[in-house]
Amino acid sequence: MAMKTNKAIKISQKHLLGIQDLSINDVNLILDEASNFINLNKSKNKKLDTLRGKTQINLFFEPSTRTQSSFELAGKRLGADVMSMNITNSAIKKGETLIDTAMTLNAMHPDLIVIRHQDSGACNLLSQKVNCAVINAGDGRREHPTQALLDALTIINRKKKIEGLKIAICGDILHSRVARSNIYLLNMLGAEINIVAPTNLMPSDIEKFGVNLFSDMKNGLKNCDIVMMLRLQNERMGSSFLASNREYYEYYGLTQDKLSHAKDDALIMHPGPMNRGIEIDTNLADDINKSVIREQVELGVAVRMACLKIFCK
Amino acid sequence: MKKQYFINANIIDPHNSLNESGGLIINEDGKIEGIGKKVNRNNIPSREKIIDLKDKYIFPGLVDMRVFAGEPGYEYKENFRTLSNAALAGGVTSIVTMPNTDPIIDNVSIVDFLKRRGRDKSKINIFPTAALTKNIEGITMTEFGLLQKKGIIAFTDGIKTIQNTRLMSRIMTSAHDLNSLILQHAEDYELSKGGMINDGIIATKLGLQGIRDIAELIIIERDLTLLENIKCRYHISQISSSKSVETIKRRKQRVKFTCGVSINNLSLNENDIGDFKTFLKLSPPLRTEQDRVSLVQGLNDETINVIVSDHKPEDEESKRLTFAQAATGASGIETLLPLSLELYHNESVKLEIIIKALTSNPAKILKINKGNLTIGNDADFCIVDINKPWIVKKDKLVSKSKNTSIEDKKLQGKVTNTFVKGVELFKL
Repeated sequence: MAMKTNKAIKISQKHLLGIQDLSINDVNLILDEASNFINLNKSKNKKLDTLRGKTQINLFFEPSTRTQSSFELAGKRLGADVMSMNITNSAIKKGETLIDTAMTLNAMHPDLIVIRHQDSGACNLLSQKVNCAVINAGDGRREHPTQALLDALTIINRKKKIEGLKIAICGDILHSRVARSNIYLLNMLGAEINIVAPTNLMPSDIEKFGVNLFSDMKNGLKNCDIVMMLRLQNERMGSSFLASNREYYEYYGLTQDKLSHAKDDALIMHPGPMNRGIEIDTNLADDINKSVIREQVELGVAVRMACLKIFCK
Repeated sequence: MKKQYFINANIIDPHNSLNESGGLIINEDGKIEGIGKKVNRNNIPSREKIIDLKDKYIFPGLVDMRVFAGEPGYEYKENFRTLSNAALAGGVTSIVTMPNTDPIIDNVSIVDFLKRRGRDKSKINIFPTAALTKNIEGITMTEFGLLQKKGIIAFTDGIKTIQNTRLMSRIMTSAHDLNSLILQHAEDYELSKGGMINDGIIATKLGLQGIRDIAELIIIERDLTLLENIKCRYHISQISSSKSVETIKRRKQRVKFTCGVSINNLSLNENDIGDFKTFLKLSPPLRTEQDRVSLVQGLNDETINVIVSDHKPEDEESKRLTFAQAATGASGIETLLPLSLELYHNESVKLEIIIKALTSNPAKILKINKGNLTIGNDADFCIVDINKPWIVKKDKLVSKSKNTSIEDKKLQGKVTNTFVKGVELFKL
């Protein structure tokens, strides 16, 4: 991977709303830029002045620990003034619509708005109403582009490539924006993707995205280089999708036994937060030889720094 | 009123199997006195003023079976005056209004109010429906008998479906006894819960929860099974999928009922939703192109009897939201006929069939003497330039709400004049 970003290549999009909108050049541009920040984030002096004088607003309508703090840190390390809106105290709770909030924030002339919202397409709506760049930090079950980018960077960091790898994405695909963004991105980068889930948790027509479907985990993990586990999103499940957590763990929880069907050097990933003992065995999650879950968090900051830098005008 | 003479028109009146060029005479009372090829310049007294329509079309005033009025309760979205003007601009002279107002039309006293408002503020014929159940809660039946005596012509929960099978069978039994017409919106709530658009790849891509076509089919199958045992006047308001068309076609061989389709489902598909266009959040949802083609075919072979506008005015504030939060429905009464004519221009459906589904068929189902050009009846009709090209612009719409599903669409065919009881109430 090139250490110097080719300045001649520009990002094709004004906003980062989803992987669907990005070209392969856009993706490479972001990943190249991000890999430049990995070492910076490990050094003693982590502060740059790339975004000095710029204002970044984090607008999180859904609770988030890692994504919100990751974006906040990324902005601060680049020297931006970062403001995180606390939704529980804001006018939104008093009935203000997203567009009105957007217009209010827009009047404060931010350079970047990072938004997470429970409704799919909320970031698209916001982007139509503001003058600055909008970065999607997760909208409904549609997309979570920076998560997919940091996952790709983590895989590249370990496996040196993505093309030709066999990657299993397992669990609650239906409610997962992480799964959708990863399918788009890993497909674009040439991986072969296995989707492993009970059929009740698979979105309709998902096979049309060019992935292999498995409802048996051992078959789905066979010869995989990467096993990406997803969180069971119990809070989004209104009616009965699953009989019980213990049955789910029995059939779809990642255990040593199931993992043995993947390649010996297979890596375990998880976007967090984890339900230990439901989708993943707690010892496997912490196994430093197999799990790259902490590395994902670490590289997340680098990827978000790259996105903020590239999309900020 | 002076007598009026029109000549050189193409007249289509499916009720009287009339499809010929000729003229129309309206008498001093606003009734039709003469119609057809017999009416020409040679047999009209020369001192009379004759209007030469130069091959424009005359259709009976349209009967739109599914319209949301806004009054009472949602006057800021639409009132009877704006609704009637919008209808006239689209050649619609009779409408069936849905009971989903605030308060709900579910008792005798509110019907009196509604009829009075309708009469005072509107210039078209308004046929109100009442709810099937109190407050459209799907629990207690309304007084079909008493409401009918007040002039209610059909019963429906409008946007809602009777979920309880036992209640539905009792409703049908009452409808049988009282000869009442039931209009059912077919949707199984357990299957459609949280759904916003058609289930499939578009829903998966947009991250929106889908509504499967079987949510509609299950209610249709249930109701038709009941209907085989309890005969009553039963009409499915709107269908949206190939599966529904197939089932209805098959069931019609055994049991008598009718069904309708929204012009939106005949003209658009799920791809039109594009990047979260909330104006295309509809119920039933737009489905695949294959579903759309099946619906057009169903109209052609008369499996589907009626085309409706499903006119549902929503103000800007209800639509400028995320897709999940936005209100459902589109304004469409003004574009019902022009958009239907697209099916004629692209050679999908014969003109007579389209006009039949917009005039005589709904009138027959509702048992009202409208949607025809029979001598002696009120002269409710429209004059249409069926080739006139124009582009839909929401700001030019007459309706108070501008939530059209076909903004910027190029259409061919426009209503140039609309008459109710012989009076010209709209002129382009």
